[in-house]
Amino acid sequence: MSENNKDDFRIKTRKWLEKNCPMSMRGKTDDIKELFWGGENTSFTSEDQKKWFEAMYHKGWIAPQWEQKYGGGGLSILENKILLQEMSRLKCKQPLISFGISMLGPALLKFGNENQKDKYLNEITNGKIRWAQGYSEPNAGSDLAGLQCKAEDKGDHYLINGSKIWTSYGDMGDWIFCLVRTDFEVKKQMGISFLLIDMKSEGVMTRAIKLISGKSPFTETFFDNVKVPKENLVGELNKGWTIAKYLLTHERQMIGGMGGDDEKFNPREIALESFDLKDGILPNPILRNELSEYEMDDKIFSMTIERAIDEAKAGNESGAASSLFKYYGTELNQQRMELIMSLTGSSELIMDSEKNKNGYIAAKFLRSKGNTIEGGTSEVQLNIISKNILGLPTK
Amino acid sequence: MALVLNEEQQLLKESVKDFLDNKAPVSALRKLRDENISDYDDTLWSEMIEMGLTSLTINEEFGGLEFGYVALGQVLEQTGRNLSVSPMISTVLMSTTFINVLGNVFQKNKYLPEIAKGNIKICLAHQETSHFNIKDINTELKGDGDSYVLNGEKHFVIDAGISDYIIVLAKFETESNYIGVILRSNSDGIKINISRLLDDRKVGDITFKNVKIEKESVIEINDFKLLERVFDISSIGLSCEMLGVSLEAFDKTLAYLKDRQQFGVTIGTFQALQHRAAKMFIELELCKSVVIKGLKAIDSDLSNLNEIASLAKAKLGRTIKLITNEAIQMHGGIGMTDDIDIGFYIKRARVLQQTLGDYNYHLTRYAEISGY
Repeated sequence: MSENNKDDFRIKTRKWLEKNCPMSMRGKTDDIKELFWGGENTSFTSEDQKKWFEAMYHKGWIAPQWEQKYGGGGLSILENKILLQEMSRLKCKQPLISFGISMLGPALLKFGNENQKDKYLNEITNGKIRWAQGYSEPNAGSDLAGLQCKAEDKGDHYLINGSKIWTSYGDMGDWIFCLVRTDFEVKKQMGISFLLIDMKSEGVMTRAIKLISGKSPFTETFFDNVKVPKENLVGELNKGWTIAKYLLTHERQMIGGMGGDDEKFNPREIALESFDLKDGILPNPILRNELSEYEMDDKIFSMTIERAIDEAKAGNESGAASSLFKYYGTELNQQRMELIMSLTGSSELIMDSEKNKNGYIAAKFLRSKGNTIEGGTSEVQLNIISKNILGLPTK
Repeated sequence: MALVLNEEQQLLKESVKDFLDNKAPVSALRKLRDENISDYDDTLWSEMIEMGLTSLTINEEFGGLEFGYVALGQVLEQTGRNLSVSPMISTVLMSTTFINVLGNVFQKNKYLPEIAKGNIKICLAHQETSHFNIKDINTELKGDGDSYVLNGEKHFVIDAGISDYIIVLAKFETESNYIGVILRSNSDGIKINISRLLDDRKVGDITFKNVKIEKESVIEINDFKLLERVFDISSIGLSCEMLGVSLEAFDKTLAYLKDRQQFGVTIGTFQALQHRAAKMFIELELCKSVVIKGLKAIDSDLSNLNEIASLAKAKLGRTIKLITNEAIQMHGGIGMTDDIDIGFYIKRARVLQQTLGDYNYHLTRYAEISGY
């Protein structure tokens, strides 16, 4: 793409966004639950939200890089980057939050058959179906390949029995993509398959999990003799682990990038609100040091994301794999929340005051502790780097 | 401003790597140290000049190649990997940058073509105490417009013993008025005392006593920001060398983890070591990003160069310390011996960390720039 075309696309995009993004759909998002998630259990919370979603949907920008036949916009990596930059400049809210776009979509695009792509990808972009993820089990956390939820071949369908845990908003999902065991006799990675399951099927039940923050963004999901049509198998039987690994890369990128959006609280702003400068300097030298150290790592992490995108565009194999981003992004996010707790002192410890939205920051702080666990713990990421990138021996 | 090298820069990086791997590996530094005959290898330097390495950042109108600082950075990364000794830092990075940024047309015409051809070496005398701080200057230039006199003392002047010229940073008339002077190193009134450093390289303490200065030797500094720019560019250049030192120390350590057997297994199978190695790898990836960002910021004249330079020097300072410490620890007892090369890396690292300001200096400066 030439510089001219680039500028041209940027200007057109900017104009379109300015015209089509309602004012109420711009600005900080305090809670991603306020956004539109799609699906049969959700509705628009405002007319503007509906207008914004529909405008973006007709433009193909719900999933900008997907092909147009799947409701995407067919944008290149570069065009997508420009679009994201322009959305971020105007502080546009995301028109649809969807695990379908970030996680299932990439897997279907790579491993799904044409029927599956046509049906499911379109239902993701038009916001009809909200997807949930069924990976972990009570006894298969970091050792994900040890999962036991089983799918038995019953001729014209699979029969599912078992349970899943850490299903994000499982109670709101319409469908769930699951890893199930289809062979108990082989090496554990070789007996896993990837299934799409309608959560309205008989025998599916969810139960909310209450977290240390007091909130319940996750459920357990139970399958009791659930019948699933055979056409819902994605990829080959017993080859689900390959899809799972591929998908986890996307999930890692997503979780690793959670610290990088515009909605984050800015520790520097909070520091300047909380303390009066003396001769232009924060009065507490240790906090000043902590803040500048955090900012150093945060800024250089952003440069690393920028470099990875540029390397990918230049066709170079980047050493910076998704495990790096997952590890560093989540560790950094935790550091940021710790820093904010220090900077705000006792004021954010109060949990029942409208003044601080009922301890909203404290809840975020607690939630951030999960970042280094979900999607593969920090330790699992270090294992992956050590084995796959550094080539250190396992025995 | 894509954070990747273009083909020309990539090619330069590879050819310099091949060249230095052959001509100036760590064994060459070892030889310089043990024989102690000269401060650097003149034959090597001649070949580097022939390759055009002295003229990368000099504009074509002054006889240079005009390849820019991204190109110079690739060379410095490779001199870091091999711990190659040469006047690159003093002459090509610091002094050339000083003249590029602050010199007038006459001075550029006089010195830059000579540097490009490799006819002269120049050192930069700025530091006066044990810690780098450009505001800590007591050396003084006095005069009436036609002739001047220079008095003062400088420390830690890299390559002072081998340079034909010295660029001196001084005060002129008032506390806050900085000025540069370029003079022959054998001028009357100059005394140079050479010392050997931790990394087996040489620096000098220089005393200037009533040194007569001609008007044409005075480098005017009308804007303090431009003086900062000289040191920001130089800090980014040093960060490139620090990246090279860190990458090579890490590669050597990784190779050792895959080779060394204890308890009947390769020590690289131990998770306690694997996770530390993985964390070092991550830190190095971040370092690569800030270094290329810094180099590109110089060549594209970004306005926040000061911020990026301090981020780079701070980040590299912290990482090179981590990597070289872990390198020794993971090598175990053998890492403490002079028989293997890893010790040379920690010694070069500590010198580079202090040169032009360490982690603490640059993180503090970053906070100042950021307004807190």
